[in-house]
Amino acid sequence: MIEINHLRKSFGEGDKKIVVLDDFNAKMEKGQITSIIGGSGSGKSTVLKHLIGAYTPDSGEIWIDGEEVSLLKGEAANSVRKKFGIMFQSGALFNSLTVEDNVALPMREHTELNESTIQIMVKMKLEMVGLRGAEHLKPSQISGGMVKRIALARAIALDPKIVFYDEPSAGLDPISIGVIDKLIMDLSHKMGITSVVVTHEIPSAMRISDKIIMLFKGIIIASGSPDEIRNSDDPRVQQFIEGSPDGPIPFSKSQTDYGEELKEMSQV
Amino acid sequence: MVRSFFGFIGRRGFEFVDTSADFFREISGLYYLTRSTLYCTFIEPLRGKPIKWRPVWTQMEEVGVKSTTIVFLVSFLIGVILAFQSAHQLSRLGALEFVGALVGVAILRELGPLMTALVMAGRVGAAFTAEMGTMKVSDEVLALETMALNPVKFLITPRFLALLIMLPCLTIMADLMGILGGFLIGTTTLGIDPVVYINNSLDAMVVKDVVTGLIKSVVFAVIIVMVGSYMAFIIEGGAEKVGQNTRTAVVVSMILVIIADLVFTSLFFFVF
Ligand SMILES: Nc1ncnc2c1ncn2[C@@H]1O[C@H](COP(=O)(O)OP(=O)(O)O)[C@@H](O)[C@H]1O
Ligand SMILES: [Mg+2]
Repeated sequence: MIEINHLRKSFGEGDKKIVVLDDFNAKMEKGQITSIIGGSGSGKSTVLKHLIGAYTPDSGEIWIDGEEVSLLKGEAANSVRKKFGIMFQSGALFNSLTVEDNVALPMREHTELNESTIQIMVKMKLEMVGLRGAEHLKPSQISGGMVKRIALARAIALDPKIVFYDEPSAGLDPISIGVIDKLIMDLSHKMGITSVVVTHEIPSAMRISDKIIMLFKGIIIASGSPDEIRNSDDPRVQQFIEGSPDGPIPFSKSQTDYGEELKEMSQV
Repeated sequence: MVRSFFGFIGRRGFEFVDTSADFFREISGLYYLTRSTLYCTFIEPLRGKPIKWRPVWTQMEEVGVKSTTIVFLVSFLIGVILAFQSAHQLSRLGALEFVGALVGVAILRELGPLMTALVMAGRVGAAFTAEMGTMKVSDEVLALETMALNPVKFLITPRFLALLIMLPCLTIMADLMGILGGFLIGTTTLGIDPVVYINNSLDAMVVKDVVTGLIKSVVFAVIIVMVGSYMAFIIEGGAEKVGQNTRTAVVVSMILVIIADLVFTSLFFFVF
């Protein structure tokens, strides 16, 4: 189980300081799929990077399986990291290695298995994502959708208890989205993996999630089961679900008033 | 007028404080990265985590074998140029047959190690920053960390070992090529008797010259790898930073190589 309490994070200093997460609280139950949804730049990936220990929080706590992980360093951090797999937004496959070596890397480094066992395991993982036969290709030779599926195969190489997915279906065709959705559900429901999915694909999140957390400018504006989200009467939630350009969520990202800014510019 | 003048000075003063703070931060960052590289390369293997040699071989081929042509060419031409330049001066003193001695010592002690290091800083240092910087930008370095694998051990150690082995080797070959260049010009165009040329050269050159050259080239290897890697690891954000930092890595490692050369040359001058 993962528990995040009062997580705050800002980047930059002085005038350029932006608050990315403001009092983020969440609970992700074991064996369930929790989705974090929100527009681009709302801080979804930042939540994930805190969970994997890439960022240290300004304040707040992160508990994974009863251990406070946000301040761990060195070996202690590594032992927590071995519990989870992550599928990055860009895939982050190693470009100099073949598909097979990419998936095999965690097994070669962290287990004592012999080479032929590893090759069988790699084949099994690739079969799960429907890409058996691509072993000897380089990441530069395969399409974006395949990169994400191989990144998933690598994430589950060591049979982790927790898997994080950063936009698993962004930029994919509908069929690939369906394949990945089904994989995430199978992994969670059949193997009891705790999944945290960061996404902005509303239909896919509605389909697979046990719980949805909706972020807007670093603040949670809704959280609950897909049905609760769908029936929410918060206009911001409804706007996001319907994808309409007009509503309480402004299209512009800037934090200053447009008129003021133009006036200031004309004075210089 | 006066106020704006002092304003200007004041601003410069603050800029200077800012830049020097940046400078010291970079120096300490470089120091910590070097320390952990040395730890991963030399201490950890003793604690039962042996080094994997396959990536080292790959890097040795990449940085060493594929650099031989350009290193050979540059050092051969340096030998030729040195022979011509010194012949003009030495013949005025009536000491033309000492061209071989001058070329030999200059190449062994100074130009062989230095030119090889400068060529490699441009060729290999740039490649290191570009490769690892791209990995940093595309989250591959983060991916290593989340798999509980140490990026320093995984990415820097093979490159470090490869260059530490290959740069001295290349330096020895560069020395030979430079001396050969001088010999060819000395015995043909300048018309020095080959036996005299060789005898004079051997009289002048001593083992110490080779050894000091090799010591330097080991230091240069450390500089090139560490600056190249550091410039890659500090990249945050987008791909344009990779280009910028690659350029900075080449410039900084060339300058540091020359400074280190000065330090070691003066050290050898006073000590030996
Ligand atoms: N390392 C960083 N340094 C500065 N700003 C950052 C950094 N990481 C993220 N941000 C900023 O935080 C905000 C949220 O980013 P992110 O979490 O990646 O959003 P998304 O929801 O699209 O994944 C963005 O405005 C981004 O510019
Ligand atoms: Mg993101």
